[in-house]
Amino acid sequence: MAWLQLVILSPFILAIFIPFLYKYVRQIHTGWFVLILPVLLFSYLIQFLPVVSNGETVQHTVEWIPSLNINFTAYVDGLGLLFALLITGIGSLVVLYSIYYLSKEKEALNSFYVYLLMFMGAMLGVVLSDNLIVLYVFWELTSLASFLLIAYWYQREKSRYGAQKSMLITVFGGFAMFAGIILLYLMTGTYSIREIIAQVGTISTHELFLPAMLLILLGAFTKSAQFPFHIWLPDAMEAPTPVSAYLHSATMVKAGIYLVARLSPIFAGQAEWFWLVAGFGIVTLFWGSFSAVKQTDLKSILAFSTVSQLGLIMCLLGLGSAAVHFGYSKENAIYTTATLAAIFHLINHATFKGALFMVVGIVDHETGTRDIRKLGGLMSLMPITFTLAIIGTFSMAGLPPFNGFLSKELFFTGVLNASQLDIFNMQTWGMIFPVLAWAASVFTFIYSMVLVFKTFTGKYQPEKLDKKPHEAPIGMLIPPIILASLVVIFGIFPNLLSYTLIEPAMASILPSLLAPEQQFYVNIYHWHGWTTELFMTMGVIAVGTILYFTLTRWSGIYNKFPKRLALNHFYDHGLISMERVANKITRFHMTGFMRDYLVYIFAFLIVLLGGGLFTLNAFSFGQGQVAPIGVYEVILALVMVCAAVAVPFAESRLTAILLVGVVGFSVALFFVIFRAPDLALTQLIVETVSTALFLLCFYHLPKLRKEISRVPFKATNFLISLGVGVVMMLIAFSAIDNRLFVPISEYFLEASYKEAGGRNVVNVILVDFRGFDTMLEILVLGIAALAVFSMIKLRLARREDFENQ
Amino acid sequence: MEILMSVVIGILFMVATYLILTKSLLRIVIGTGIISHAVHLLILTMAGVKTGSPPLLGEEAALYTDPLPQALILTAIVISFGVTGFFCVLAYRAYKELGTDDMDQLRGNEHE
Repeated sequence: MAWLQLVILSPFILAIFIPFLYKYVRQIHTGWFVLILPVLLFSYLIQFLPVVSNGETVQHTVEWIPSLNINFTAYVDGLGLLFALLITGIGSLVVLYSIYYLSKEKEALNSFYVYLLMFMGAMLGVVLSDNLIVLYVFWELTSLASFLLIAYWYQREKSRYGAQKSMLITVFGGFAMFAGIILLYLMTGTYSIREIIAQVGTISTHELFLPAMLLILLGAFTKSAQFPFHIWLPDAMEAPTPVSAYLHSATMVKAGIYLVARLSPIFAGQAEWFWLVAGFGIVTLFWGSFSAVKQTDLKSILAFSTVSQLGLIMCLLGLGSAAVHFGYSKENAIYTTATLAAIFHLINHATFKGALFMVVGIVDHETGTRDIRKLGGLMSLMPITFTLAIIGTFSMAGLPPFNGFLSKELFFTGVLNASQLDIFNMQTWGMIFPVLAWAASVFTFIYSMVLVFKTFTGKYQPEKLDKKPHEAPIGMLIPPIILASLVVIFGIFPNLLSYTLIEPAMASILPSLLAPEQQFYVNIYHWHGWTTELFMTMGVIAVGTILYFTLTRWSGIYNKFPKRLALNHFYDHGLISMERVANKITRFHMTGFMRDYLVYIFAFLIVLLGGGLFTLNAFSFGQGQVAPIGVYEVILALVMVCAAVAVPFAESRLTAILLVGVVGFSVALFFVIFRAPDLALTQLIVETVSTALFLLCFYHLPKLRKEISRVPFKATNFLISLGVGVVMMLIAFSAIDNRLFVPISEYFLEASYKEAGGRNVVNVILVDFRGFDTMLEILVLGIAALAVFSMIKLRLARREDFENQ
Repeated sequence: MEILMSVVIGILFMVATYLILTKSLLRIVIGTGIISHAVHLLILTMAGVKTGSPPLLGEEAALYTDPLPQALILTAIVISFGVTGFFCVLAYRAYKELGTDDMDQLRGNEHE
């Protein structure tokens, strides 16, 4: 096993030891032990930077299920490394933060860190796997870990609701993605992403190509909370804040983004891919930022903001895929700008959103509430937190000199370029991208300002707060300080990232554009002249400021939105009505009446056997050899039929029993006529004993009443029994005419005396040739006898129990 | 001959099915008895009822009837007898415990 595999598996290994550390080293917060691992992993992974920025990749394979082409292949390229660094880097900071956030005495730290490590390992597995099945395994593990972490405070009902909702939605998408992976395998015969990309030319016209694309996108959209699957993310905010910061802003929700970026070399260049990814992205961007403004809970604002920023990145990935059409040279680099912007914003979002979640966690921790209506005036009480919040929100709103400004400018460049495209019907529909993007940016500006100014400025309302607020402990402040410094550093020196991380990641997303030894040209700078983008940003700030100050006047429009059309309403009612319909269907056919079930069974028998005879043309009549009919048989048959038909009409139990006896004894007589002496003997005895048994047993049962039921009821019964009778009769007819080969009876007749020394062939068969049947038949009789015995005896035993009670 | 037997078997099946679909536990027990008669006759008929001596080698006849279906039916008779016996006791016990022999009242889901 290579080091790379160990990197992925190490969190799982450490997770095994966490409960022991928690139990036996009580005086030290368990988080300190956990903290070592992500820091080590981060420093190990950072060694790959020079390798990857030279355009090289690293790959190690460990065989897992070679017979099914499933191997544990770890693969490091620009994109994988970028994500792995985010996961371990932010993971370290979140663990450090959680040490101060979660109390050693009150919380179940062992389960928290086990889930968190499980998540970290699964996420590393997702981004570093080359094999799609392995990727899927880790993908589902992230869903599971997220489920466990959201429901960390499982005593709260809302936590359980949020966990269930996220589980249902992400697992639904994950399952669709699994189907998509299998379709890809059917087309290419391999699960390796490398090898699939090598076959792109041959599969893009395959009929399964489009279904595979749709299913995989469904997986990516549910995981990355794209419209309309974003509804699970706001409810996932019931998780502890470190979890929200880590999973629901920086890493897990980017798994879908990762998947889209990773599979871009396969699907990019298709109009469907361009429109689905970019279209869903831009709608999510707008809807998320629009909905964020009406929230009053700080974490809900951040949740919708995450939804909207994820939409932004998704949209850019979609727009960037158009570059495959145009090829690449340094002069037409504008087509790849969107991809560049996506990667850059991905990094920026992870930094500022992580910091903001931690800031909100601090506010919650120090004041006891996250409701902006209760907060205000914390600026002088929590100056460091306030500074961090300013940096984070201004970056989120896209203001200079922070990194959000740069990626927002690049985003505008991307959408403006896209509206100029002359492919995929963009001439007619292209304008919606810049318009929606601009509107969404205005709302982003508004909620960013709400977030920081409603919390930290305005009137201080100590009477509404549970605790007396003060500045947070230094340990809790270090992680957001690091993230905020990164926001500033990347803002001022963006080109630190350009050829170390961004360019290699772009090369993994758009590999087909580069000739060998060629690189994408990446240069991000603050001042790029009086361009349209800059005017758009000015417009955002101007309109945003006006709307922020008039917020109370126009926020009424949110109440105008009909509740019945809300997506959560659809989800909740969908679940309820699904249960109700399932219940209804079950109640409808599972009536509890034995007779109904028998009707189903008999009807099925008639339809299947009768239909089978009919469709297979198996029915035949009167062509086979038949024996002549004698007069005795006719008389006997008449007697038997008359007796049988009279049974249902019998009105006393004695008559019924006698009639059944007549049928049984006629059967015995038939055996005589058909030359079966042993059968006749047995039948006579058994019939006698049965009749006696009936008489004995029915003596204790109530009198046979006349069937009092409605006529249609009887008519259906009659029809069904008629059907059964006819079908069985037809089968008997067909059996006469379809004798396929000679019976083996000649052998029994010949060997009976020679080999077994008996002249009664039937008896020799019973005890000699096929003695095994007889043994088990004796067993059946024995069991029946024991069962009868215990049925009668056990009753007495229970009676006594009752009396004793 | 086989044609006649097939018709008889069909009628026996019909009567038995009708009895099994009724509400009274008694009739259902009787129905199962009749259905086993029908099955036994069906096995015999399907093997062919060509005339010949009983399968006793002492007869020294030229032609014997087929012994194998007879052995099968013998096994089946004994097993269905065992089951009928158990069924009777079960019906008896059910009536004693629950006080009814009406299948509609013997639904077990009152406490759901």
